[in-house]
Amino acid sequence: MNLNRMIENDFCITFSTINGSGSATANITLMRALFRMGIPVSGKNIFPSNIQGQPTWFTLRLSKDGYLARVQEDDIVVAMNPSTIGKDIDALVSGGVLLIPDDFKINGEIRTDIVLYRMPVRKLIREANVSPQLRDYVANMVYVGVLAHLLKIDMDKIYQALDFHFKSNQKAINTNFDVVKAAFEWATENLEKKDRYITAPMKGTEDYIMTDGNTAAALGSIYGGMQFAAWYPITPATSLAETLNEYLPKLRIDEATGKETYAVVQAEDELAAIGMAIGAGWGGLRAMTSTSGPGLSLMTEYLGLAYYAEVPVVVWDVQRVGPSTGMPTRTSQGDLTMVNFISHGDSQMIILIPGSVNECFEFGWRAFDFAERFQTPVIVLSDLDFGMNQWITKKFDYPDLPMDRGKVLWEDDLEKMLEKNNGVWGRYLDIDGDGIPYRTVVGNQHPKSGYFTRGTSHDEFANYSEDSVVWEEVFARIAKKFDTAKKELPKPEILLQPGAEVGIISSGSADPAVIEARDLLKAEGLRTDYLRIRSLPFSDEIKKFIESHKEVYVVEINRDGQLFQLLTMEYPDIANRLRKAAHMDGLPLTAKWIKNKVLAKEEK
Amino acid sequence: MTAPSSSTTQITNQVGLTKADYKGAPSTLCQGCGHNGIAAQIVTACYEMNLLPEKVVKFSGIGCSSKSPTYFLGRSFSFNGLHGRMPSLALGALFADHTLEAIGLSGDGDTASIGLGQFKHLVRRNLPMVYIVENNGVYGLTKGQFSATAEKGLYLKKQGTNPFLPIDIAMEALVSGATFVARSFAGDPKQVKELIKAAIAHDGIAVIDIISPCVTFHNHENSFHSYSFGKVHEEPLHEISLVLAREEITVDDFETGEVREVTMHDGSTVILKKLENEYDPTDKWQALRTLEEAANNNWLLTGLLYVEPNAPTLFDKYNLPDTPLNRLPAEKLRPVRETLEKINAMMF
Repeated sequence: MNLNRMIENDFCITFSTINGSGSATANITLMRALFRMGIPVSGKNIFPSNIQGQPTWFTLRLSKDGYLARVQEDDIVVAMNPSTIGKDIDALVSGGVLLIPDDFKINGEIRTDIVLYRMPVRKLIREANVSPQLRDYVANMVYVGVLAHLLKIDMDKIYQALDFHFKSNQKAINTNFDVVKAAFEWATENLEKKDRYITAPMKGTEDYIMTDGNTAAALGSIYGGMQFAAWYPITPATSLAETLNEYLPKLRIDEATGKETYAVVQAEDELAAIGMAIGAGWGGLRAMTSTSGPGLSLMTEYLGLAYYAEVPVVVWDVQRVGPSTGMPTRTSQGDLTMVNFISHGDSQMIILIPGSVNECFEFGWRAFDFAERFQTPVIVLSDLDFGMNQWITKKFDYPDLPMDRGKVLWEDDLEKMLEKNNGVWGRYLDIDGDGIPYRTVVGNQHPKSGYFTRGTSHDEFANYSEDSVVWEEVFARIAKKFDTAKKELPKPEILLQPGAEVGIISSGSADPAVIEARDLLKAEGLRTDYLRIRSLPFSDEIKKFIESHKEVYVVEINRDGQLFQLLTMEYPDIANRLRKAAHMDGLPLTAKWIKNKVLAKEEK
Repeated sequence: MTAPSSSTTQITNQVGLTKADYKGAPSTLCQGCGHNGIAAQIVTACYEMNLLPEKVVKFSGIGCSSKSPTYFLGRSFSFNGLHGRMPSLALGALFADHTLEAIGLSGDGDTASIGLGQFKHLVRRNLPMVYIVENNGVYGLTKGQFSATAEKGLYLKKQGTNPFLPIDIAMEALVSGATFVARSFAGDPKQVKELIKAAIAHDGIAVIDIISPCVTFHNHENSFHSYSFGKVHEEPLHEISLVLAREEITVDDFETGEVREVTMHDGSTVILKKLENEYDPTDKWQALRTLEEAANNNWLLTGLLYVEPNAPTLFDKYNLPDTPLNRLPAEKLRPVRETLEKINAMMF
């Protein structure tokens, strides 16, 4: 093997372990160390719906070019799980590296085109000063030390990563770092470098932080002034609510009174979680819930009521693979059409689709502004890939707009409104002509502030009415409100390559793979323009984009091409330009799949 | 601001309102429906308790009972939610302003079937609100099906004979840890009113299961939920009245030992005048035993079954500001810019 042609900061390591064995600490430590070395890195956890004993994989991708998408092949495999070793070896590229504990037996021939290193895991752990209960956990630190030697990962950065992870608990840091050091020293003395992979410090992560989408969403919500959250545990949304509970006491205690400016309730189920959130939204609080597909299914009826009764509420749907229980620990973009048409009867939701972890933060606070401005549910579609995986992302930006509480009338506002309009105010009266009425909320002491909110048909003054004309008028006015909303929601992000005739439309966590695929396609001679959708209802820019390309690939992570379907319905006259490029196997999309899909069609 | 009363010559309560200020829209329920009588007693109870309608918020689910918040307290905010899911709605809304008095109206279809889970969880959390179940054992709006509180052996024209034992809402409330449980009968308006007043005085969940006959689909002579049955078989535990904190208690017509007083959280007093048997409404075991006995003997037992006046409520478990959450200005809700720099530094 020619060690003169080293591959620097551009390869992929997969750690194959047994879940519940404590490998997460080792893996995140390596990821943080690489991040501190300035190397763009992304981490994806492929884990089972299980507590302990099942196979789990963590993949670290180092990319000097900053690509964050998943790749299909592994350059290095650290195989700590004997039951999956055959499959793990198969995933290696030619010239790849296999690290295994020295007591693992491999049946049959080992591939001759890979490099094998055996690690004395048992011996090193036995020699380490670790209590027997902790041995299994720190065993994973052996591969951290061995890799540090083989790949030249900075040991100081590993120490910093452990210091961060264990929140400066010196005993825990030492226990782990001693094993890392011992393994590093053993490797230095005993392993001859035979592979091509190497790391080197660079400046690729300045202004970046390392976090996950659920943390970003929770923090964004807190900076958006979230006042009430109701939730029920469900993978992969649970950590969003738990992060609220973690940071709210740090950020939202009123200094003057020492009181909490928020409330979080763990509901008995999602039927109740959405009921609570809608009750709070109706009461004038910035209210939210977070869930995933099955929970969202349970919320549909209340969301229909909130649409028709015009109650602001924010719902985070951290998507997983459905229908039914599906693959609860795998990612998908499979809820789009469901959310768009949620509830019975005609209804419509404002949908926000963040395309990065940073945007999860941004939409965290902006979702409340839209919900209150337009007095309607806002569904934010994240997914497991964003929500639970570790990402490097741009630092969170402080909200650049003041909070928009929408058209809320307190006592004096209502009095002025009544004076101006000859004593007339109606909860559903469109005074401004934008389809958005004015609302009062509970606690308002003006004797004319109260009204009756209902899901049954009602007139402009919130009175019950079964009059067909009244129904049609109120319903048309709500549609008009969405026309207003459409113009104010986040516009799509458009990236152009001069001379491109082919377009790509995508959204959410498909974005990193599309970004990389466009470079791959360009290298093959195919230029593409790219539009990333950030909100629904669709903005007019999307139509223009489709019109200006002869073919537009709609890239998404589901089976049926749900975004493709919605675009086809929205723009039937130009829908023949759209090409479905949908794929869903529970894993994040790869650039290679997109490239092959586009080229296969273009070459026909 | 306090609402002016419509006329100075009319009789007003301590907050200057007439009884008319507590009325709602005319009822569209059937003539003689038990729910109409209950709505009238809610009006009187709120008037006598000197509540400002703007300080009251109404909730309901789906069904005939849940329509009735339209027929009282027309000035108050109200939210008519989904079937069986009024409890969650009320819980969220009361976090917006925890100083409000909440009155929830539900039925046996709404509470004892789809809503049983939310009902029991609301009770378990002890959300301060009055929770009235207008219980008639039948689905009225869908025209006459058995509800979960219909007694075994009940015959209904469309349904035949009910083979199942009923769910006892008062007992469900008790075993879920309710801090105020009462049962009443729409044909006994005075008791209904006094129980509602006591429920308003209670700080915590106050469940009142009111047998409220459906005159159209289920008012047979001998069925548990009928007027005629209630008139004959009602067994009040005591004669109840509520005396407000400011009022002087005059019980001179009661002999010593015949009266039990319970001091409520707001300082008012529930006076329970003994009837046939001794009954202690602070003894949960006695309440459960008495309910079981009544069920076995087919008695319509009414009165204040259980009360625990000083139990911590849901809001005692939160550290909420005195100012209602929905009145907090933006600067109290968005952390300052410097904090985000720290947050970014924490994200490794």
